[in-house]
Amino acid sequence: MDNLLSIITFTPALAALILAVFLRGDDEAAQRNAKWLALIATSATFLLSLILLFEFDPANTGFQFVEESPWVFGLTYKMGVDGISVLFVLLTTFLMPITIGACWTVEHRVKDYMIAFLVLETLMLGVFCALDMVLFYLFFEAGLIPMFLIIGIWGGANRIYAAFKFFLYTLLGSLLMLVAMIAMYVDAGTTDIPTLLNHQFSTGTIELFGFHIIGGLQVLLWLAFFASFAVKMPMWPVHTWLPDAHVQAPTAGSVVLAAILLKMGGYGFLRFSLPMFPVASDILAPLVFWMSAIAIVYTSLVALVQEDMKKLIAYSSVAHMGYVTMGIFAANQQGVDGAIFQMLSHGFISGALFLCVGVIYDRMHTREIDAYGGLVNRMPAYALIFMLFTMANVGLPGTSGFIGEFLTLVGIFQANTLVALVATSGVILSAGYALWLYRRVVFGDLIKESLKTISDITPRERALFAPLVAMTILLGVYPSLVTDIIGPSVADLLTQYSAAVEAFVPDTMHAATGHGG
Amino acid sequence: MIAQDLFTLLPEIVLALYAMAALMFGVWTGKDRTAPMLVWATSGIFIALALWIGLNGQGTTMAFGGMFIDDSFSRFAKITILVAAAAVLLMSQDYLAKIGILKFEYPVLVSLAAVGMMMMVSSGDLIALYMGLELQSLALYVIAAMHRDNTRSTEAGLKYFVLGALSSGLLLYGASLVYGYSGTTLFSGIIGAASEGDLSLGLLFGLVFVMAGLAFKVSAAPFHMWTPDVYEGSPTPVTAFFATAPKVAAMCLFARVVFDAFGNVVSDWQQIIAFLSVVSMFLGAIAAIGQTDIKRLMAYSSIAHMGYALMGLAAGTVEGVQSMLIYMAIYVTMNIGTFAFILCMERDGQSVTSISALNQFSSREPGKALALLILMFSLAGIPPLVGFFAKFGVLLAAVDAGLVWLAVAGVIASAIGAFYYLRIVYYMYFGEETEALEAKMPPVQYAFLMASAVIMLVGVAGFFGVEGSALAAAEALVN
Repeated sequence: MDNLLSIITFTPALAALILAVFLRGDDEAAQRNAKWLALIATSATFLLSLILLFEFDPANTGFQFVEESPWVFGLTYKMGVDGISVLFVLLTTFLMPITIGACWTVEHRVKDYMIAFLVLETLMLGVFCALDMVLFYLFFEAGLIPMFLIIGIWGGANRIYAAFKFFLYTLLGSLLMLVAMIAMYVDAGTTDIPTLLNHQFSTGTIELFGFHIIGGLQVLLWLAFFASFAVKMPMWPVHTWLPDAHVQAPTAGSVVLAAILLKMGGYGFLRFSLPMFPVASDILAPLVFWMSAIAIVYTSLVALVQEDMKKLIAYSSVAHMGYVTMGIFAANQQGVDGAIFQMLSHGFISGALFLCVGVIYDRMHTREIDAYGGLVNRMPAYALIFMLFTMANVGLPGTSGFIGEFLTLVGIFQANTLVALVATSGVILSAGYALWLYRRVVFGDLIKESLKTISDITPRERALFAPLVAMTILLGVYPSLVTDIIGPSVADLLTQYSAAVEAFVPDTMHAATGHGG
Repeated sequence: MIAQDLFTLLPEIVLALYAMAALMFGVWTGKDRTAPMLVWATSGIFIALALWIGLNGQGTTMAFGGMFIDDSFSRFAKITILVAAAAVLLMSQDYLAKIGILKFEYPVLVSLAAVGMMMMVSSGDLIALYMGLELQSLALYVIAAMHRDNTRSTEAGLKYFVLGALSSGLLLYGASLVYGYSGTTLFSGIIGAASEGDLSLGLLFGLVFVMAGLAFKVSAAPFHMWTPDVYEGSPTPVTAFFATAPKVAAMCLFARVVFDAFGNVVSDWQQIIAFLSVVSMFLGAIAAIGQTDIKRLMAYSSIAHMGYALMGLAAGTVEGVQSMLIYMAIYVTMNIGTFAFILCMERDGQSVTSISALNQFSSREPGKALALLILMFSLAGIPPLVGFFAKFGVLLAAVDAGLVWLAVAGVIASAIGAFYYLRIVYYMYFGEETEALEAKMPPVQYAFLMASAVIMLVGVAGFFGVEGSALAAAEALVN
């Protein structure tokens, strides 16, 4: 199959089209058909992506399954995956059937809901497969439209504010990236990502508004990309859209947002910032380290005082993404491996945690922590599953959360010990908020009148959690499953990175005179 | 030679004769009963002429000693203008009939405006330019005030006329200065007089006045003041017409003047156009935020869009003109779809244009709401819709020409502008349930709305070949 990636990417979109054109009416039968078609389409996509996994050759550090055809404005439609992106494709296709399953209880405009998620899947897969910069941007930005609608139509009480904030915040960051991409196109004459990976963007000091910018063009481009990916990630202090979006989004929307959409920022750093602007990455790494360290400590503290379960998990996501950015810019094998591992594992864990909240929200229609307590008495199975993911979120050895955190901390320890020290305190804080949440919701006596009739998880919910439980534990005890695939590509990236950094000699004359000179 | 010259002008002559014949026919056959037939006939002749120009035209031909230029650039512009005018005419029929102003003069005046516009984009001389511009403008002033019993419509017509006359005055004043300092009204002569480095002050002044006059016509800020009032006051089909064909004509005329007459002094006009561009983008984006009337909103939206098109022109390169032409073609397509929708917004038989009337529209009419959603995101320039590529093209041209600051300003303005397009989506999809909006669409409007939305989605695959012909057009103009 020469165009396997296109088939995988566009299968959900095709299903969405079929739903939009052929499914009429909004009665119960139509709703059921829409759900089943969406589930079948996403499952089929997952099965197709398994072919990708089995045929993928980890030893080959180049791009595989490449397909290419000309497009408009001198751009190309080019798709391909390497060791870094292939697992994100798998993560997306793996999580989408679960997400669709999580929508099963929705009754409001079901057909539109399914279409939005199917289109969103296509766009997310496109981000990870695109090998043309503008094609990447296209998928990256287009994802805003379905997510805007998902939050805005099916969200909570304050959904409109959250939807607008989500859209405009991310749009502004991304548009700066667009200008940077255009500047790269003009500079390199191509938008082909593999070619750009080998293109040396100039690092000569340039003067702008009286400032001498060491690292020149690379630093400016890096900053523009950073504006986009840092918002998407999200990094402190531009993370404020995330808690709002998460709280207002419906359960399935939160799952996709936390588990996949946030990973686009990290993937962007790995695909663009680190390999294309190595010198700028090296110069600005301390900035990222400290922003990440602050994110880890600050958002963990903020998470401690939350009264809304979703908001708490959202802040915990920001903290966990801090490990990712830190690991990426540590720019060593453990750091980058750990960052990718952390992203994948966070995809399973945060997705599962939002599902956990969704389970009790469906029953009680509140996310207030105070409204719960003593659930273990009525919901033992739920308590067990929630316990597992709470522990994984804390980073308990034996779960995938531990591997990611540990590797990134090892990586950052080699790059900057002080930051590692600060960041490690986040592990303790995360235990604080996560265990306290668990204790308030699940343990204690069942005294609330309204909770006395709550029922344990249904077989459907068990089926949703089962694959996530399996993956969390499997990756926790056998991490080489992942590291064997990403290792060679990461090693190759880092070899080029360090060569470029060592070759860079700052313009000392200008550097010495500094600003204003 | 005169036969050859007339042959070059044949499409314009045919259309002018048709307009006069239609006028006679309308007068003789007793008024407005024939209007629907004339609308169809006029649209038909527009399409036929567009096909004729598209299939027959090749190379560059000058007529009347260079006063009239027929090249790929003018052909691209003419086809866009004619197709847009035909589409708007067809859409407007049912609406005009409903409010009782479907008069036979309407298609006649639109044809005369079209002749003027075709003349404008082909002009190779200041006099020819002025003639085309005035023919177009006079026809437009009248149709703006066509709803005579409505004070807002007459007010719009008067406002448009007064400000339009002012801009024509500015343009003429500039033209006389240019003539005085170059000794000729032919663009091919002016370009020799205006050369890099020693542009005389008089010519520079002339250039500035001419550009100010043209900026009025494209409604670029700070010469945009007439736009919101005229858009709001005119009958909606007329607004739809203003937002499409005349914009293309004026923008192409702008390009024609700066390249054909002042092509050697790019750096002198580049800064003026860049200024117009950045002011228009920001004004359009910010002023539209507070609007509650969809027609006023579209007016500000068109100001912002003209800013982006001018960004392509400011680049001063082949790619810049190409991207500007593509921008205009895409802009016109989006606007036709959007206005097809606005035309059918009504409640209890009365037209409404308030945005809040769209509340929860999507739950009643999911298909139309989805089409409008696509158009709104496309107008906002969100990928993967075609509107994004329009913006991408002009940004690319601007960065390529070294105008990085302009590109950065453009993207910031587009993030601000996204807000008001999103607001329409917000009303349609997230709004409160209110009194129902009826959107019973005549089949023609429905077809245009859907076709426009589908083009926005499908066009991503390759622009239907517009890119190549725009390139040929740009090369014909710049080289």
